[in-house]
Amino acid sequence: MTDSTMPMPSEADFHYSVQDAETLLARFTKAPNWQERYRQIMLLGKDLPSLSPELRVETAQVKGCESDAWIYHLEQAGKHYYLADSDARIVKGLIGLLLGACHGKSRAEIQVFDPTAYFKQLGLEGQLSPSRTNGLNSLAKAMLEATL
Amino acid sequence: MTQPASPTPNTVTHTATNTVASHPSASAAPDATAVICSSDSEQRNAKIRSQFPALNQLLDGYPLCYLDTAATSQKPQMVLDAMAQFYANDNANVHRAAHQLSARSTLSYEKVRDQLQQFLKAERREEIIFTHGTTESINLVAFGLTAHVSAGDVILIDAAAHHANIVPWQELAKRTGAVIKPIPIDQACRLDVSAYKTLLELKPKIVALCHVSNALGTVNPVAQLVQLAKAQGAITLVDGAQAVAHLTLDVAEIDCDFYVFSGHKMYGPTGVGVLYGRFDVLDNLAPLLTGGEMIKRVSFEATEFGSLPNRLEAGTPPIAEVIGLGAAITFLQTDLTPQIQAYETELINYLQSQLRALGEVHLYGAFDDNIGVVAFNLADEHHQDVGILLDQQGIAVRCGHHCAMPLMQSLNLKGCCRASIGIYTNKDDIDRFIAALASVKDLLL
Repeated sequence: MTDSTMPMPSEADFHYSVQDAETLLARFTKAPNWQERYRQIMLLGKDLPSLSPELRVETAQVKGCESDAWIYHLEQAGKHYYLADSDARIVKGLIGLLLGACHGKSRAEIQVFDPTAYFKQLGLEGQLSPSRTNGLNSLAKAMLEATL
Repeated sequence: MTQPASPTPNTVTHTATNTVASHPSASAAPDATAVICSSDSEQRNAKIRSQFPALNQLLDGYPLCYLDTAATSQKPQMVLDAMAQFYANDNANVHRAAHQLSARSTLSYEKVRDQLQQFLKAERREEIIFTHGTTESINLVAFGLTAHVSAGDVILIDAAAHHANIVPWQELAKRTGAVIKPIPIDQACRLDVSAYKTLLELKPKIVALCHVSNALGTVNPVAQLVQLAKAQGAITLVDGAQAVAHLTLDVAEIDCDFYVFSGHKMYGPTGVGVLYGRFDVLDNLAPLLTGGEMIKRVSFEATEFGSLPNRLEAGTPPIAEVIGLGAAITFLQTDLTPQIQAYETELINYLQSQLRALGEVHLYGAFDDNIGVVAFNLADEHHQDVGILLDQQGIAVRCGHHCAMPLMQSLNLKGCCRASIGIYTNKDDIDRFIAALASVKDLLL
């Protein structure tokens, strides 16, 4: 993700706030059924910044998604910031859930983050299975690998 | 976005359509143009359906609604029994060892070849080769023809073809310097016959067609297309993977040189496929795989290959799977009656009309005579979002490019959703699917 020929978003673009994992968990445990969980996922995706078409390039693409997903990373003062987008609404919302756990966090915090336990708590464990084509696994891996 | 009524999972059967009471257009009652299915066909269908144990399950409390038969069909109990019976009683390698078990196993295995000869109306039993699936069958032909293809030879490929009927020909072209030319589809998503006739003037060496498009369900007039290709001296291959579970086949009538399909899309097991080849063409194929079973004599100086069909079946074949396939053929010969074929067509037409009635659904290549498949997108929504939300309700459909990227490119699509039916699908499945899609529409639009 650090290819010098790759277009990069500006530093300012990386500075946006996300709901933290605890707030998200509270929000999702309140959802009475799948409809509400997925409505919340899509609302979460809607609140995230979008990547402009020139940043939606193959070099930033996360493999393993049936939909297209792109991710950028910035490390600043020991914290890791991400900009990510997808052309599918549910995947973008799932990205929002990952960002809740990783965006603006230190390497140590990101390294101890356990996506499996997290998505289980959210009532979305099925979405993280490696056999799924939503690419959530690859996105979680990409966020972690960016810190190494 | 309005809140869709929550279904009560364990009771979602026919009454699931109550969840879309606010969508009069998606009501469970068939509209006047889609009156469907005599009770006779429905009774037959119910009897057939009861033979498929996998269909009888709940997913997160929702009854499974399996509309992904084009990817793989479910298996009737008789196929499962045939394979279990083989392993429990007859398991031995075929064509080897002078013992009773091997003789029994060989007899059962070779009996399926006879069954297939009759099923396809092939002239000779040696024209039936067992493979591991459609993909292997096509690879076997494309590799086997290498010596017969020269630089500059033209290979025509159906633009609606599955990747399995594209990539092996590209590899053949790489080996030989042959040139691949796609046969375009017209605006309505049918093979463009006039463009095809123009391409045939190039005197192609090989013409690779699909019988039924796996992504759209459109059906090609294969007998006519083959006749045109043969008039120009081409070798013809027809991919029948999506046809074999639905149509009554007759390779003599189609008159192609090769016809290929998989067991698992015709209610048989995975891991077994069929290559039918006209004897004289088949006999000239160089074997893709060499080794045991396919030889006449081996020495370190020279090896002599055996004769058809063994020459193209190197190694221990998928014996239990072939026997399972035999049971699937018996199943089809008993149950895929003209009435049931008509019922499948009615279901496809009902599915198309209910999708149109739901509104904001784009259908692709939807014709009255489509086989097994309806391709669609919901408004401008991503097919993956639609697929995930349908999956939440126990609906199994495939969403993606359907291994037909060139076709998706010619439709200017990234992908689409595909609902596909089988011999066990009933009207209730369609109604549940439409109700589920209505709630997806509520969530997304």
